[in-house]
This record gives sequence, structure tokens and C-alpha cells, in this order.
Amino acid sequence: MFNVMRAELRKLRRPTLLVSTILVVAVLTALFTSIVYLRANSGQGNGQRGEIISPAILSQAAGLVYGFKIVSFFLGITALCVFASQTAQEYTLGTLRNLLVRQPSRMKILSGKYLSMVIFAIALVTIDAIVAISVSYGLAPHAKVTTTAWFTSTALSLLGRTFINVLLTTIAFGTFGMILGLLFRSPISAISTGVIWSLILETILGGVVSSTQKWLPGQNFDNIAQGGSLTVSYQWSMGISAAYLVVGFAIVAILFKRRDVAN
Amino acid sequence: MTSAISVTDLTKVYGERSALSHATFEVPLGTVCGFVGPNGSGKTTTIRMLLGLISPTGGTGTVLGESISHPERYLPQVGAMIEGPAFYPGLSGAENLKVLASLGGFPKERVATLLEKVGLEDRGGSKYKTYSLGMKQRLGIAAALLPDPKLLVLDEPTNGLDPSGIQEVRNLIKDLASEGTSVFVSSHLLSELEMIAESLVMLREGKVLFAGRTKDLLAAQIATLVAQPEFTVDLNKLLDIAIRHGREASVGDGAVHIVADADWGATFNRLAFNAGVTLSALTVTQPTLEETFFEMTGE
Ligand SMILES: Nc1ncnc2c1ncn2[C@@H]1O[C@H](COP(=O)(O)OP(=O)(O)O)[C@@H](O)[C@H]1O
Ligand SMILES: [Mg+2]
Repeated sequence: MFNVMRAELRKLRRPTLLVSTILVVAVLTALFTSIVYLRANSGQGNGQRGEIISPAILSQAAGLVYGFKIVSFFLGITALCVFASQTAQEYTLGTLRNLLVRQPSRMKILSGKYLSMVIFAIALVTIDAIVAISVSYGLAPHAKVTTTAWFTSTALSLLGRTFINVLLTTIAFGTFGMILGLLFRSPISAISTGVIWSLILETILGGVVSSTQKWLPGQNFDNIAQGGSLTVSYQWSMGISAAYLVVGFAIVAILFKRRDVAN
Repeated sequence: MTSAISVTDLTKVYGERSALSHATFEVPLGTVCGFVGPNGSGKTTTIRMLLGLISPTGGTGTVLGESISHPERYLPQVGAMIEGPAFYPGLSGAENLKVLASLGGFPKERVATLLEKVGLEDRGGSKYKTYSLGMKQRLGIAAALLPDPKLLVLDEPTNGLDPSGIQEVRNLIKDLASEGTSVFVSSHLLSELEMIAESLVMLREGKVLFAGRTKDLLAAQIATLVAQPEFTVDLNKLLDIAIRHGREASVGDGAVHIVADADWGATFNRLAFNAGVTLSALTVTQPTLEETFFEMTGE
């Protein structure tokens, strides 16, 4: 399993993939965090879904992680795309047969790939945390936000909790991507299905029939990073996300184990 | 354990059609075995079953003495290239090999040695997608050699190679065999394998036509004597002589074609002379294995 993980990390380390992913995550994080701070005194929406996040709110301990968790959804979509493609391309490139000759245990292949996804997610979230907190700290004086509450033990434990929650969201989307990749066995179909579903269909569904929100996978994955919302609790989102992903992953794992590799 | 590969009644059915039907054959240990059949005859399907990639519909098999239902028991000693090379286009040749080395738990140091062995030492750092077909094929062979295999399975390794490339692959196979590696190599061209394979398995439409020593197949070949009389009016006289002596014969192109070994040439010459016919030419044509094969496969 760890051999598989090392092999997977070698593939993820290729410069074009790694550099472009790091850049996208860093730029998006910087952009969204900047918007929160630069518009904090405008009286207009500067947070998620048009919420107003005033300097007074940002000056509290939770201000430290506001920028950090605001991009969780994009981190998730990134993980979804990368891992839908990393799994599906083994079929389209025909490389799966090479992997299975060197490691015939398909469950070891799958768990090694999963571990590499978790490591990749940790890297994404770490970059997000570093960029978001640096930008927040840099822009705080400009936005008339005081940062003394950020350096308390309350703020630090909040940072730890948010890190875990954002990581869980990213891993959930990454798992979703792997499920789609194994199901469709084609990167293009897997990525487009995942993105269209999470970004478009869920938004429309949740917007039109708000009672569906608590059942939509993507919305629940992201709600974990936010630590829960007024309408859907953190515990609910954790439970329903885990249920979806465990069932989905079990189905594709069985398919992966049984299916002939004829590509 | 005396055989590298042994299968009994191995069968794979896709929907209504059998890609492989009751195949039974054996590949002796430490030899080169050619696996020959036209495109679509089931070579790749067989190889995939031997490597645990697809499950057989019926039959059994062993590789290096272990059942093919437990590929993890023998694959660490098996190197394979299946249906052409397949690698990550964005990674270099060397990186691609390192991915597989990590996976199998082999030392990374082997990668440089193998790149050199297949003549890619100068291009190991270039991305796979910039490789020519021949280079891709050679990288595939290098990957198959990663485990320093006891059994090497190569599926059409010379596809897309130029004559000198084909010769290189042949030499490589010969070298490996002389070091004791068993090699199971497929091709749709018998002529590519008849010189290096001690044994042959021939497939057609999913059925094994011949499995045995190349020598035995050669012995089964029947030569043709072509006798040309000085005067064409004597053609029928010659035909008569041959048939009277129990030979299968026919007339064509101003000569009599007789199914017989070279040994019978002198006898026939004497018989013709005694009948008052002078031969202006008497030749023996030995069919190539290819022709024998086509005879057998009916193409
Ligand atoms: N995954 C598959 N699904 C259906 N038919 C297949 C599949 N793989 C191979 N076949 C069929 O099985 C037969 C043998 O194919 P193959 O083993 O690839 O032949 P070869 O390698 O000798 O060219 C062909 O008729 C092919 O169309
Ligand atoms: Mg084939």
C-alpha cells in the first residue's frame, strides 16, 4: 500500500500538475481573502453568499480563519478534478495493466491511491491556510481589523479545528472524484459530471427547492468546512457525507476488484 | 516445476463469442516460446488471463507453478508488456520506470541500467509523449525487465519497429534466454519468431492449432519437387510416373510439381530417364514455416 502511495506521489509530483495546482489554489485563496478584507468597510456583501462580514467580526478570534475556510469549496473541486483524472486516466492510458502486474492486489492499489489523495489534500489545505492567513494579517490594518484576538489560544484551537474541517471537505470531494473516475473510466466524463453536478445542478436544486439542501452531497461536504450553517448542522453534514461516500466508494471498490482489465 | 506456463482448457467468452476456446498448451521452463496467430486470434486475451488482468470463463492454468487465480504468488518474478507500451505521457521515460519500480518495491538504481540496456540512456529524461513508436516499445521492454524476471511475457514487442529494431529485440530475447529467462513472446508473424523460438503455440480464432517444438513443426513440413522436362510434350508422361509411384502431383508453369522430399529427387530423375524423358531442371522447394502455418490456418 505504501509502495503504491509512493508511486502515486511520483505521478502527482510532475511539475505541470503540481505548479499549476499550487498557483491556482494560492491565487484563488489570495483573491477571496482580499475581497473579504478590502470590502469589509463597504457595508456590502463581502462574505459567502453575500453575507456582510464587518471589521468587528473579523477582529474576533474567528477572523483568523475566515479567509481560510471561504475557499474550501474550490479546494474540493480541485481535489475532485485531480483525482477523477488520476483514477480514470489509468484506464484511458492503459497504464492500469502495468500497475496491476506490479501490484496484483487491487485493494492495495486503491488504498495507496486513496492515501496519496489524502496527502495531496493536506498539501492543498496547508497552502490555503498559509496564503489566507498571511493575506488576512497583511490586509488587517487597511480594513481596520485588530488582530490581537487572533493570537489567543481560542483562535489557535479554532485554527486547528478549521484545518481539519477544510481538510475533511477537500478529502470528501477528492473521494467523490475517485468514485466518478472509477465509475466512468474516462477523465473527461468523470470531471465534467463532477463539476456540473457540484457547481451547477446542486446550486440550482438547492436554490429552487431549499429543502433539498440538506440532502445534496456537495453542499454537505462544504458545510463541514464551514463548521455547519444555520440551516444544516455540522453533525448532519458529517453523517450524510460519510454515508454517501462510504456507500459510493464500496460500490466502485467492488467494481474495481471484479472488473476485467481489458484496456 | 518443469513448465513456465501451463494451461488446460483455458477459455474466455465475451458475450456470444469465444476469444479463447479450450486452449491447452505448455511452455517449458528456460526456453523461448513463440505465441503466434493472426490479429484477433486471442493472443492478448490469453496473456491477460495469465497475468490476472481478466478472469477466465473456464479452464485452469499455472504460471511458474502457481495457479493463475493467485497472480500475487508469481507476478513478482514476471515481467510483462501487454498489447503495446502504455505510460504516462507527461512523465519522462525514467520517471515512468521509477513509478513502476516504487510500485513493485524494486531499487530505483535499476532504472538507469535498464534504460541503457534498451538503448534509451540519452532520452531517459525526455517526456514519454516525445518518444517515437520504437522508443516507446523499448521503454515497454525495459519496464518488463524491472523485476529481473524469471519469466518474460512480451505481447507483439516488435510492432512498429524497423528491421534493425526487430533484430535488436530478437538479440535481447536471445541474450535473456541464454541467461536462463523463460520468454513467452507473441507475434502475428511466424517469420519473426521461427528463428528464436524453441517451441511454438499457434492460435487461430481462439483455438490452439499447434503447440510443440519448432523442430517438430519443421519436420512436419513437406517439400515439393519441381521437375521440368526438356520438351513440354513429356509433361504428362512425368505426371504419370509420379502418380504411378504413389505421389501426389500436378502440372503447372511448364513443370510437374510433386509432393515429396528431396531424397526422392534422384529416384525420380532415374525413373524419368528410363522412360526416355530428359529433365532440364529438377528443384526442391522447402516451404517456410510461414507457408506451413498458412497451410494449417487455411489462409
Ligand atoms: N474486452 C473485450 N470485449 C469483447 N471482445 C473482446 C474483448 N477483448 C478482446 N475481444 C475479442 O476477442 C478476440 C481476441 O482478441 P485478442 O486477444 O486481442 O486477439 P490478438 O491479441 O490475438 O490480436 C477478438 O475477436 C476481439 O475482438
Ligand atoms: Mg493482441
